[in-house]
Amino acid sequence: MISHDILVVGGGLAGLAAALNSDPALSVAVVSKVHPLRSHSVAAQGGINAPLGNNPDAKDDTWEKHAFDTIKGSDYLADQDSAEMMCRLAAPTIYQLDTLGVPFSRFPGGVIAQRPFGGAGFPRTCYAADRTGLVILHTLYEHSIRKNVQFYNEWFVTKLVVDDGKCLGVVVYDLASGEIIPVKARAVIFATGGYGRVYLKTTNAFINHGSGIGIAYRAGVPLQDLEFVQFHPTSLFGKNILITEGARGEGGYLVNNQGKRFMEDYAPVALELAPRDIVARAIQTEVDEGRGYEKEYVHLDLRHIGAEKIKKRLPGIREICHNFASLDPIDTPIPIQPAQHYSMGGIDVDESCASTVEGFFAAGECACVSVHGANRLGGNSLLDTVVFGKVAGEEASRRMKNLSGSKKAEKLLQDEVVKLKSRITAWQSRDSGIKVHRLLDRLKNIMSDRVGIFRNKKELAAALQEIAMVRDDYKEAYISGDCLRYSQELVNIIEFASMLDLAEVITLGGFNREETRGSHFRTDFPKRNDKDWLKHTMVKYEGGKPCISYADVKIDKYEPKERKY
Amino acid sequence: MEYIFRILRFDPKKDESPYFQDFSYESVEKTSVLEALMDIRNDQDGALSLRYSCREAICGSCAMVINGNFDLACRTNLDSLKSSLVVVEPLPNLDIQKDLVVDMDPFWEALQKIEPYLHGEKIESTEGHLVDDHDMDRIFQFVNCIMCGSCYAACPVASRDERYLGPAALAKLFRFVRDPRDIRPFANWSRVNTEAGVWGCDTIFACNEACPKDVRPADGIEALRRKMVVEKIKSLFRLGR
Repeated sequence: MISHDILVVGGGLAGLAAALNSDPALSVAVVSKVHPLRSHSVAAQGGINAPLGNNPDAKDDTWEKHAFDTIKGSDYLADQDSAEMMCRLAAPTIYQLDTLGVPFSRFPGGVIAQRPFGGAGFPRTCYAADRTGLVILHTLYEHSIRKNVQFYNEWFVTKLVVDDGKCLGVVVYDLASGEIIPVKARAVIFATGGYGRVYLKTTNAFINHGSGIGIAYRAGVPLQDLEFVQFHPTSLFGKNILITEGARGEGGYLVNNQGKRFMEDYAPVALELAPRDIVARAIQTEVDEGRGYEKEYVHLDLRHIGAEKIKKRLPGIREICHNFASLDPIDTPIPIQPAQHYSMGGIDVDESCASTVEGFFAAGECACVSVHGANRLGGNSLLDTVVFGKVAGEEASRRMKNLSGSKKAEKLLQDEVVKLKSRITAWQSRDSGIKVHRLLDRLKNIMSDRVGIFRNKKELAAALQEIAMVRDDYKEAYISGDCLRYSQELVNIIEFASMLDLAEVITLGGFNREETRGSHFRTDFPKRNDKDWLKHTMVKYEGGKPCISYADVKIDKYEPKERKY
Repeated sequence: MEYIFRILRFDPKKDESPYFQDFSYESVEKTSVLEALMDIRNDQDGALSLRYSCREAICGSCAMVINGNFDLACRTNLDSLKSSLVVVEPLPNLDIQKDLVVDMDPFWEALQKIEPYLHGEKIESTEGHLVDDHDMDRIFQFVNCIMCGSCYAACPVASRDERYLGPAALAKLFRFVRDPRDIRPFANWSRVNTEAGVWGCDTIFACNEACPKDVRPADGIEALRRKMVVEKIKSLFRLGR
């Protein structure tokens, strides 16, 4: 049986950072359902935050101010010690990335350039034009070539095997061979990204089904704060491709159909650079109240920025507009609308990325440390992936001597292989039923219609009922293809089980949380309620259903206050 | 609008040779070739295999040949094809693993050979390098490469000589040689001073043509050649002194 000391699942930024920072004396491997460079991290655009103070307007920036902005941005739901830790590590992380070869854009004098981003007191977002995710992902991949990191590409993890509170390994489906393979590991690190495709409109890649989070949940690991779903204010109308916050950082305006910069009505000081939850709600309100275009979108106007700056700082945005909307932002405003973008919640882990299951760690978007609380600031997710990916690799290595494994591991892993094979046979043997993409279409519509930017009790209750109906119909799902090699149909039917679970947990958490905080806006409870709800939602799969409990938020030096921008 | 998708199918475990299969497809406005292929897989043949991920021309998964042109399926709009027949083939010069999925290993192996990572001065630095923005801009053309493999598949030299490193790897090498932070010695990168390296290119620029990201890999190959000649001359002068 294939066996490793540390098995990293996911080849995006968090996964590569984990692998690169694991003890090289150990046997480490990365399993990824796509080649690492195809991971969704590659699509990050605008930048990565660190209080370097390189911008002339940011001389007084410090990690404490970065931490304060992060915590305030989180609507005080972030665990303050974790947020502080991330921000303290931000500057050294950027310098390390620079040393590794990330081609950050520069200011005169040669220091790393920094642009303003939403919810930040100072311009502290480091960038490489508007392709920051691409350059960091490629750089970390390049160094994993240098360090001979072992990759199992196009291996899709279907199951995390846990026994007696200990992680034993995973079961994978190897797309190239079509085989189901058990992999034993003393430590498993999930860096599996988000679940954007649970929603109809999302900036996320087609592959972002979130099954990593769902697999951990089914293995008995609690999920934290999943009801906090970030909707990015500016996705390209039509394809919902991300249009970076950097476009507003560089001076872009949001304009409604009356030609008004409407953000002055919602965030009179920060305007377009208010945090994402506030800007997304503002745009949705403008559209809902008839001040949008085609009842769908508003304009992101970059024309006044000028051709030169657009070409230099936002070439990727210009290319996206050309490829997917046949327009040039130099002379035409970009039609934009909010779309699901990021999951603040995820697999419950502590600040060392360890979960409640011995030997099981998580980092990046799939994890909830929690540093982003109820709303993440732009530029903090790349930072999160690199900082906590590294922490996960180091911690898993450090704890290795205490991870004994289990004599039963091989048998239990084999049992799971057999179980999956019989499920596959059952899906294949049915020659009629329901195609899983039809079920996914239904699920996405439920989530976008009822569990979107604005929520209320009635809609959330209806969503829970409808999700249960889709779950019922999933019993009749089947596979039509006769070949199990490179079968995305098989991947999709397996992942859909996780998508159902995540949709349920998001909705249930939102239904229970009778307040408004960060991205979770309840029209029937439009105020934040610290007395009853300054706490983390924890959902654990127990006795065949989700069980909710709550946990304290770690408050350090920042007393919760009302957010004003 | 009604399209006929003529898709190259091949399962090396089952079929003797590749064959075309037609699917009819009714599109809505602004459908990409990738979305159409996924619909065909979902509704007509669940066994149809292809790679995809980001759907926004940044991950490099879905390079293929569409009506004779190299492109990313995700950024190719059906309307732009101006044809109701859409012929879809996998990247050539790479073994087909199944349908539109090809074996990219030769491409990745070529990349590994050029040591595609920054050979920096410092292992750990507590402050960043000072680099002129102009220098960063000059490598940005090559940094934009998404490793989709189109150039490698389109390259006539790579197709006839499997030792040839190909356009993407050589352009990546130039990205590092040109990076002021990279201190790899000439002895390191002059290993491509061969027919399998920079002198293999027959300058017909098929790579520039095929690249969906305007990287123009041949620019990098030519720049490497120039730099190599300059380094050679420099070393001759050093010998003469």
